[in-house]
Amino acid sequence: MKILVCVTSVPDTTTKITFTDNNTKLSKAGVTFITGPYDDYALARAVELKEKLGASVTVLNVGGVDAEPVIRKCLAIGADDAIRVNAEPRDAFFVAEQIAAIAKENKYDLILMGRESIDFNGGQVHGIVGEMLGIPSISPVMLLDIDGDTVKITREIEGGKEELEAKLPLVLGCQEPIAEWKIPNMRGIMTARTKPLKVVEPTGTDVLTDVSGYELPPARGAVKMIKAEDAETLIQLLRTEAKII
Amino acid sequence: MSVLIFAEVENGKLKRSSQESIFYGAKVAGMMGTSATVIVAGQSDNSSLAEAGKYGASKVLHATDARLNEPNGMAYATVVAAAARQEGASVIVLAKSSLADAMTARLAGKLKAGLAANVIELPDLSNGFRVKSSIYTGKAFAYNDLKADTKILAIKKNTIAVEETDAAATVESFTPALNDGDFAVTVKNVVKATGDILLPEADLVVSAGRGLKGPENWGIVEDLAKALGAATACSKPVSDLDWRPHHEHVGQTGIKVSPNLYIAAGISGAIQHLAGVNSSKVIVVINKDPEAPFFKSADYGIVGDVFDVLPRLTKAAQAL
Ligand SMILES: Cc1cc2nc3c(=O)[nH]c(=O)nc-3n(C[C@H](O)[C@H](O)[C@H](O)COP(=O)(O)OP(=O)(O)OC[C@H]3O[C@@H](n4cnc5c(N)ncnc54)[C@H](O)[C@@H]3O)c2cc1C
Repeated sequence: MKILVCVTSVPDTTTKITFTDNNTKLSKAGVTFITGPYDDYALARAVELKEKLGASVTVLNVGGVDAEPVIRKCLAIGADDAIRVNAEPRDAFFVAEQIAAIAKENKYDLILMGRESIDFNGGQVHGIVGEMLGIPSISPVMLLDIDGDTVKITREIEGGKEELEAKLPLVLGCQEPIAEWKIPNMRGIMTARTKPLKVVEPTGTDVLTDVSGYELPPARGAVKMIKAEDAETLIQLLRTEAKII
Repeated sequence: MSVLIFAEVENGKLKRSSQESIFYGAKVAGMMGTSATVIVAGQSDNSSLAEAGKYGASKVLHATDARLNEPNGMAYATVVAAAARQEGASVIVLAKSSLADAMTARLAGKLKAGLAANVIELPDLSNGFRVKSSIYTGKAFAYNDLKADTKILAIKKNTIAVEETDAAATVESFTPALNDGDFAVTVKNVVKATGDILLPEADLVVSAGRGLKGPENWGIVEDLAKALGAATACSKPVSDLDWRPHHEHVGQTGIKVSPNLYIAAGISGAIQHLAGVNSSKVIVVINKDPEAPFFKSADYGIVGDVFDVLPRLTKAAQAL
């Protein structure tokens, strides 16, 4: 079985987001980049499936050379090889086009990625890739098991979950608790250095959406503190002052 | 050129989030000088569909093929794409939901549409087509210029205040060709909490964290939620520990909510938690630690013990 895991390189979840150049660029000064947390779940499950069923795991990132530390970490966690499409990820359609082009060439059985990136939170790439390849896409996937040629999936829905069955090939957007996040060990880090990382140039140039600028949310007003012994006043204030209950 | 809105019906009524997207879509249609059409798939009676008129739609297309009675993102994408082609839709509006999320990207792929997710305002049409959306899980906003001929806007809850009129929409049945491939995934079982207010749709949310000490103590959280008519939510460790089901987990790696009221009890306010809730209109924090970071992001705060404060709030809410 051949598994492709698509990963993003995103600011660490504790980052205080700020912008530069007249609010047109993310300020990268002092920001640590990590593998997208949802992508990390996808990778962890791919490595588990490899150990259980035997599979090859390829990591794919659409990004600049500064994404390579994240790619090397994925190799250290257990992916066998990696591909980097040398382009800034401009919009979901562009990224999906890159993934679909590589998938058409290499014929993966399973394409896994996070349910969404934590920078743009679009949650669109898996669906567009599925559409481009003409195969089913399912997200957000909480459980994934493969039994012969039958794939058993649990997908989260509002207030519950759906249990699904499908056949390979599939594109899946993953989230917890599909697997536990994995931390690379020393041996993994050593071997990752020599695993193949192929850099390819992008195909297609369709950009359907362009970001013209960014903005930070307005600060919240000062907090109004209520003494614990007067807790009941809160309910009054929510009705008469905030007017929301 | 027209505006198409994808709407969902639940328990014989247009979902709250769909009412909002119809109202939003009708506003956009007004700005563009065109009309708003709604597309609904699956079982539903005509009177509930005609209600779309109240929110500004003139027409509802109803795809009634029995295979659409099960929600199915791929098949729905085929239906909505066909409706968009028939109506010459240049803008498609929908509200985020587990069904819409499964459909939207496939639809964008089919129509080669520009897509903005988590849209929080009406578009600015003065210079092209620009929409503001929430990014970095609510930590920032982006202005997106949509350049494709077809534009899809997935709006966030509470993007626009909905107003109703007495108008009714006409309902037409719609029978697009479906693809067998869209039914390749079979639904074996659906597990869904019944009777509860669904978290993504809720106007009021009562959320609790590790400060509640254990799942056996959730009664006081549920009592307050019930007294207010609110949905319940929780922090990530609470769902990791299996104290509460995963679909209640809010934050960076969970559900993102933007209700009118978010009450956080015994939650410290880690940045990853705040990310998923900071677009709530009013935030109330109850924590026994006066230094808890959450107070910095709150509108109202009570330094106190949840086991004392929550039951008293419940009583006060019941007395309203
Ligand atoms: C990549 C990543 C993603 C994450 N995503 C999320 C996410 O999506 N959502 C999320 O919630 N977290 C997320 N986290 C975890 C987050 O960092 C925090 O660990 C978590 O939010 C803490 O949950 P908590 O506030 O319930 O628990 P704690 O931090 O343990 O806080 C408990 C609070 O309860 C208070 N308390 C205790 N007893 C009482 C009492 N009797 N009365 C009143 N107050 C009391 C304490 O003072 C404390 O402030 C993520 C972390 C990482 C690294």
